Amino acid sequence: MWTWFYRLASPPYVYGFVGPAIPWLLAAAACLIGYGLVAGLVFAPPDYQQGDAFRIIYVHAPSAWLSLCAYTTMAVAGAIGLVWRIKIGFAVAAAAAPIGASFTLVALVTGALWGRPMWGTYWAWDPRLTSELILLFLYFGVMSLRRALDDAARGDRAAALLAIVGVVNVPIIHFSVQWWNSLHQGATVMKFGKSQMPGSMLLPLLAMLCGFMIFFVAVLCQRLRAELLMRERLAVWVREAIRT
Amino acid sequence: MMQAFWAMGGYARYVWPCIGSALATLAWNLWAAQRAYRQALAGARRALAMANP
Repeated sequence: MWTWFYRLASPPYVYGFVGPAIPWLLAAAACLIGYGLVAGLVFAPPDYQQGDAFRIIYVHAPSAWLSLCAYTTMAVAGAIGLVWRIKIGFAVAAAAAPIGASFTLVALVTGALWGRPMWGTYWAWDPRLTSELILLFLYFGVMSLRRALDDAARGDRAAALLAIVGVVNVPIIHFSVQWWNSLHQGATVMKFGKSQMPGSMLLPLLAMLCGFMIFFVAVLCQRLRAELLMRERLAVWVREAIRT
Repeated sequence: MMQAFWAMGGYARYVWPCIGSALATLAWNLWAAQRAYRQALAGARRALAMANP
């Protein structure tokens, strides 16, 4: 088992290992997202307070979860790269950043569009919204810092350090609705282990959450392959890989 | 029936842009990842050609 684990630090092994998984992951994500959209938009009943506007949750919540997962992935991978000097850690961190940033933007935009009919405003300096906006700036900062330095290895280390420092924002985003008075609603999917949503609303949401996460893994794998090719383009294994 | 679905109970102008932006982001991520891979592959091929002229 440990042999397999150690192989994950090897760029040629990871490059060959993740490639065949990508189409399967994308197919699974497409099925889950397709089911989630149809069940959520067509078959789920309207909310008794929010009416049909609640259906925004089917894209807003998965995007917000993905933004947190991608940031955590980036910080953990960066820490692995910094602590154990495993190059693939930096490659994973670099691959996760643009995906996470794009879904953070979607979470903010869909949140604003949901906020207008529910709160009467697109934006408020609410703890949840503000901390999510800070997350977007952290993503931009990490991506910019990596590119700002001429020495790629120094850029990787600096970006990893910023990602690790910024990870403190992840629990702040998650618990902001409990720690402070917030316009944003509290936990609805899981609260004390029991969901507050009925099954007809919850199942499409869970399908969308799983679909978005699997999609993230698939796109991360493809971006990781690109990062590995770019970083190791002079390595012997790359020559062999592109010849086949 | 279909009209009621598209109207989303009067919230269509909020719901559909949200769905559209999320789907567009999914598609963009797929396209951008594929483009990054193709560019990296082309870069590696160029490096290989320069190393073995």
